[in-house]
Amino acid sequence: MSTSIAPRQPPKKRDWSWRSQYVRGLVYQVVALGAIAFVVWFLAHNTLLNMRTRGIQSGFDFLLGPAGFDIGEMLIRYDALDPYWKAFLVGVLNTLRVAIIGIILTTIIGTLIGIGRFARNAIVRGLCYGYVELFRNVPVLLQLLMWYLLFTEVLPATYEAWNVAQLFFLSKGGIAIPAPVWGLGQGLAALGAIAGLLIAAVYRGWARKRFEATGHALPTIWPSVAIVLVVAFLGWLAGGAPTAWNIPKQGDVMVEGGMIATPEFLAVLFGLVMYTAAFVAEVVRAGIQSVAHGQVEAASSLGLSRGQSMRLVILPQALRVIIPPMTNQYLNLTKNSSLAVAIGYPDVVSISNTAINQTGRAVECIAIIMLVYLTTSLATSAFMGWYNKRAAIKER
Amino acid sequence: MSATFDPIAPRPAPVRTEGFVPWVRRNLFGDIKSTITTVVIALLAVLYLPPLINWAFVQAVYQPDAEACQAARGSGACWGAIVEKYRLVIFGRYPFDDQWRPLLATALMLGLLVASCTRPLWNKWLVVRWLVVLGAFLVLMGGGWFGLEEVSTDQWGGLPLTIMLASLSIVFAFPLAVLVALGRRSHLPAIRTFCTLYVELIRGVPLISVLFMASFMFPLFMPQGMTIDVLVRVLVGITLFAAAYMAEVIRGGLQAIPKGQVEAAQSLGLSYWQTQRKIVLPQALALVVPGIMNNFISIFKDTSLVTIVSLYELTGSTGLAFNSDADWRPFKIEAYLFITAIYFVFCFAMSRYSLWIEKQLNRSRTR
Repeated sequence: MSTSIAPRQPPKKRDWSWRSQYVRGLVYQVVALGAIAFVVWFLAHNTLLNMRTRGIQSGFDFLLGPAGFDIGEMLIRYDALDPYWKAFLVGVLNTLRVAIIGIILTTIIGTLIGIGRFARNAIVRGLCYGYVELFRNVPVLLQLLMWYLLFTEVLPATYEAWNVAQLFFLSKGGIAIPAPVWGLGQGLAALGAIAGLLIAAVYRGWARKRFEATGHALPTIWPSVAIVLVVAFLGWLAGGAPTAWNIPKQGDVMVEGGMIATPEFLAVLFGLVMYTAAFVAEVVRAGIQSVAHGQVEAASSLGLSRGQSMRLVILPQALRVIIPPMTNQYLNLTKNSSLAVAIGYPDVVSISNTAINQTGRAVECIAIIMLVYLTTSLATSAFMGWYNKRAAIKER
Repeated sequence: MSATFDPIAPRPAPVRTEGFVPWVRRNLFGDIKSTITTVVIALLAVLYLPPLINWAFVQAVYQPDAEACQAARGSGACWGAIVEKYRLVIFGRYPFDDQWRPLLATALMLGLLVASCTRPLWNKWLVVRWLVVLGAFLVLMGGGWFGLEEVSTDQWGGLPLTIMLASLSIVFAFPLAVLVALGRRSHLPAIRTFCTLYVELIRGVPLISVLFMASFMFPLFMPQGMTIDVLVRVLVGITLFAAAYMAEVIRGGLQAIPKGQVEAAQSLGLSYWQTQRKIVLPQALALVVPGIMNNFISIFKDTSLVTIVSLYELTGSTGLAFNSDADWRPFKIEAYLFITAIYFVFCFAMSRYSLWIEKQLNRSRTR
């Protein structure tokens, strides 16, 4: 016969004593939440009290009143009599415009410089290294100020602009370039380009399936380009083949007509692009270095060409390393576009600054700034997160 | 039959692959594309370098003589503008006769920063040293003690302000960042959520909006009758901003510590804080020193933003020195080049140090 020892009771998880980890955790959290709530209440209480005594009004109703100030450049129609919300909208669109164009240019320039660090030519390597070190070690605000100063001091006055073949004009008023007059034909051409992109995507899918089934690789890049161009051209023909261009010309006082980019916009764009490109170059370099050398050797021993091994072997692996830091750089560029306020480019921060000075509603205006940037940041990270998932290794 | 001795032809000497000429041949004229690139770049250099050198050195005006500068405008740089204005650029509006004080204070601070970068001095005395030097810095800058005349903070400016903002915000942000990083990995949901929210909110908005908040909204937050110096408000803003970024760097270090370390510590009976303090943090922090250094570099550059809320650090004091003076205003670009050089020297040195320390710290891992 064996006597069994009664098993000891395991300690209860929710034993209401200080020795229970659960209870201690609960107490810590309650204390922390209480402290945070107290601080928030204290600040809010002070703010309300201060506002009442200083006679500051609050609320977002001012957004409906007339703004009463002019904005230098805008993508939508706006004048001083329009309400504040429209002024803010103009600012947001200006921010997005410089951020989106900036991101595209930064990606191109940064990638080129990053690849240039591996060039066979020593001068190219040296120049790329020098560029990266120079531009990332100087504050971006200072770079913006310098570009703006260059544009406003060094360039010729608007009545004697430099020009190339009477088509492109460069002066203190900015750059003017010819632009097609927007009409039915251009609209149809744009539609055609979009349709061409869809058709090209279908073609690529088909070519890929065929490659997987038969091992016979069809060319994909040039046919895709051709499809897009041909369909866009057909759209243009269907719209009556319009050829009207809005060509800038030298007036008595300033350059007239064409598509004009102001010096403020150019300074912000150049500053942001040159600064961020230095960081992007480093990101690209790190990504390419992270791919093991054996991968390239294996690819060439399989008979892939240089271009194929870059496209099919190196880039897919490098992209996994590149995408997360690249997202950060895109977000940095978008956030740094807020420095436009220093040189008077009417972005959302600059409009808010004017609105604060006119209405005194600092809390609301700063909340709008933060909301705009938070939304863009979250949207960008969501998109890049989706893309990153696509580029990640499919693990089994 | 007599055998004749037929020497075989001597083999050619091996191709030299070391030395200057083979290097040039390989790196500048390796193949046809490389050769073309070299020639094109050389042509561009021949075209554009001489005028640039001409502008920067040969025809430049070195004397603080506004008329000579005006005459040479367009053909030569005016370095005389810097000779004329350098004290205003470097020290801002600080009283002219007392400018030895910011000079001494900055030298002390820089000495401390350099000393903090040497590993033998990474011990508990580091905190004491920082407190002593910070006290000395503030006394020297602000005055009011030891017979030093009082100088209000709105007269502080230039390089001392830049260095002060950068180093103080990093020093204050560090403990906060450690706590937030631990909080983000905590098992307590409320604390984890709060820390995550803080980090993501701050990282989602630009620094300028935080500075606007410090400048426009902080006065409203305070109890009535209580005013806080704008310098302190901006410092708090930058600190909160820097802490969020640094917390992410430290969290990266925490994630790199194997779970076994924590489990071993727990099985030895160490409490949470003992585990973090004695086991996890020493390993994690050593890993992230280069990352923190990069944080410091970006904060150093970002201090230039306080210009926008009217504090005259290096960038702002340059504007201050040149905007109000019609004689010298055309030569602001030379002044900007001057402070560009200052920023570059600081940031480049720090990034080199960051690379060096990374190698030092990784020495135990390389074999």
